[in-house]
Amino acid sequence: MAAASCSLSYNSILTPSPIPKTKTFLGVLPNSIKFPVTSSRAPATAIRSSRAVSVVPRATSVDSGSTSEAGSTFHGLCYVVGDNIDTDQIIPAEYLTLVPSKPDEYEKLGSYALIGLPANYTTRFIDQNEMKTKYKIIIAGDNFGCGSSREHAPVALGASGVAAVVAESYARIFFRNSVATGEVYPLESEGRLCDECNTGDVVTIEMDESRLINHTTGKEYKLKPIGDAGPVIQAGGIFAYARSTGMIPAQN
Amino acid sequence: MASSAISATPTSSFIANQKELGRFGFSSTSQFSIHKCKKSAIPMKIMSVMTPQQSERRPATTGSVKTALTLTEKILARASEKPQLSPGENVWVNVDILMTHDVCGPGSIGIFKKEFGENAKVWDREKLVIIPDHYIFTSDERANRNVDILRDFCTEQNIKYFYDIKDLSNFKVNPDYKGVCHIALAQEGHCRPGEVLLGTDSHTCTAGAFGQFATGIGNTDAGFVMGAGKLLLKVPPTLRFVMDGEMPDYLLAKDLILQIIGEISVSGATYKAMEFTGTTVESLTMEERMTLCNMAIEAGGKNGVVPADSTTFKYLEDKTSIGYEPVYSDAKASFLSEYRFDVTKLEPLVAKPHSPDNRALARECKDVKIDRVYIGSCTGGKTEDFLAAAKVFLASGKKVKVPTFLVPATQKVWMDVYALPVPGSGGKTCSQIFEEAGCDTPASPSCGACLGGPKDTYARMNEPMVCVSTTNRNFPGRMGHREGQIYLASPYTAAASALTGYVTDPREFLQ
Repeated sequence: MAAASCSLSYNSILTPSPIPKTKTFLGVLPNSIKFPVTSSRAPATAIRSSRAVSVVPRATSVDSGSTSEAGSTFHGLCYVVGDNIDTDQIIPAEYLTLVPSKPDEYEKLGSYALIGLPANYTTRFIDQNEMKTKYKIIIAGDNFGCGSSREHAPVALGASGVAAVVAESYARIFFRNSVATGEVYPLESEGRLCDECNTGDVVTIEMDESRLINHTTGKEYKLKPIGDAGPVIQAGGIFAYARSTGMIPAQN
Repeated sequence: MASSAISATPTSSFIANQKELGRFGFSSTSQFSIHKCKKSAIPMKIMSVMTPQQSERRPATTGSVKTALTLTEKILARASEKPQLSPGENVWVNVDILMTHDVCGPGSIGIFKKEFGENAKVWDREKLVIIPDHYIFTSDERANRNVDILRDFCTEQNIKYFYDIKDLSNFKVNPDYKGVCHIALAQEGHCRPGEVLLGTDSHTCTAGAFGQFATGIGNTDAGFVMGAGKLLLKVPPTLRFVMDGEMPDYLLAKDLILQIIGEISVSGATYKAMEFTGTTVESLTMEERMTLCNMAIEAGGKNGVVPADSTTFKYLEDKTSIGYEPVYSDAKASFLSEYRFDVTKLEPLVAKPHSPDNRALARECKDVKIDRVYIGSCTGGKTEDFLAAAKVFLASGKKVKVPTFLVPATQKVWMDVYALPVPGSGGKTCSQIFEEAGCDTPASPSCGACLGGPKDTYARMNEPMVCVSTTNRNFPGRMGHREGQIYLASPYTAAASALTGYVTDPREFLQ
């Protein structure tokens, strides 16, 4: 309509470059959290402690040698969803009475992850009477996690056993909450993987290589590097990272 | 900066004085907070009479500025104590107000205690505003417990602004209780031009209507702010939306924002600020500006903002005694893109299921049969939203054909619904008009069924029904049932639809 007259005056000084004029610009996320320390200071074997419940391993996360930077590999089944999966679908509002910082309620939140997906998702994310999902990796389209600012969303995914989400792009607050809590890696794909993969495919994510391998189809895909957010998630969230790097004092 | 390092440790005499100080509590903080001292140097009287000229923007208040900045950039520059900054930069921002509620408050408090220690004090007991509003009138034990957690914390921390509710059987016997946090923040004077307001709710962006930076954050970030009084934020580039022309009398701000979201999509403003300007926006009331900014998040926006003007200052006159300093985009500020709308050409809109950007003209959906209408929430449950609905009912003189649920956002709105005469009605109140039209009795103020909530929430969609709603989201399951269908609309369109039982263009009754 009337709005078509956009004068797109990209100022190369004021905006990070390069910026394609397409929608993929919206996905320029990984720099969103930057700390005044170099990422190389982050110990590769960073503490994965202080999450609400520390028993949940990051998928079958294999720390690929303590010498590499943020080297993690996630391997497992993937669950595929479409565009604009909002926080009401990830964790419906009726479950928000659960307080994520309470360990037993954290576990319970996990058991409701993605329960809000419509009935046309015939394969459910969590089987009946199960607390955890068998899918370690979620593959999604555009704008994953849009809607509410509820931190219950990345927490529910993390608590259910998800290690990483691979989406075309994320809603801002979901991305931020994922990093701040260290619950899941919000990874971005170069292309539209939700059209390439099927629920139940066996996939591997190699963080060092920024690569996703679909073993079921035999195809490989490039991911965008997670950047400075990676060490924060690996440490177990923003507080754990800040402590491990000396930004804030360690707790007694 | 300095203010955040000082934790306000009130003495007992200070607490005793709290009540007497009331609104003027400001003076009591100055000894604890350098940041506020600086502000108090600005005489409030001068601030409120200042009407900035459109053509002649004042230079940035942060000192000499060589680079032109947008309104949002200027607020973040001041709050981070930097003379200038650019979009994409990550800066530590001092927070003026942190708001939390019963859904995210307990988790944020849990993180604050875990990370800063059981005995830690919040950075400023007068800057943390706690508003129970989501799950109040429910027998859900965990929901009730969460309000108890807030109460215990506020007592322990001596939080000044806690809008508590204890007697759930009758909200009116709880004088402190307000209702929907974003509307309560405005009504209680916590929204001020030029400031930074963070809240654990995505619709915190509503407060951008006051020319301030306001955005939603998660529990972990909120826990950090509680202890530190600041947060690392990325400076967003700004999209400018210029809306010109006289607003047709069948349109409301809800139509404008649905138009914009339909134009740029639910991710069109992700990571970006949305600045609303133009003659139409200047003519809008504060409540209408709040509707506009409220749904910035539905386009993915980090914040929405309307430049403060005489309308803003007038609204604030009897609401805050704290000095504030509005800022404005420089004439040469760099916007990522600019969208222009001729408002006179727009028509009443809806967002069809299941996405706020699924825009259609209301008249295009006239064959959509509906089961109910819902008027409420931070988006469409303000006094003027009910006045607008009443206007349509009054003009038609008919009765509603589907159940019509009314949930005033706050106690103040509820009182307005029962007390304010509707223009042109010969002195009738909204509540009288609603009763004559056959609507449900206005319910207790809260977030209600906008987001579904516990199973016993008033007006929650427990069946797969079709609802026209003045709320903000129509994702699957949003109002309860996963297969429910929600048409987002203005209060005019919602009322018109209630009268016919179909999605209806309000011009059928207003012209």
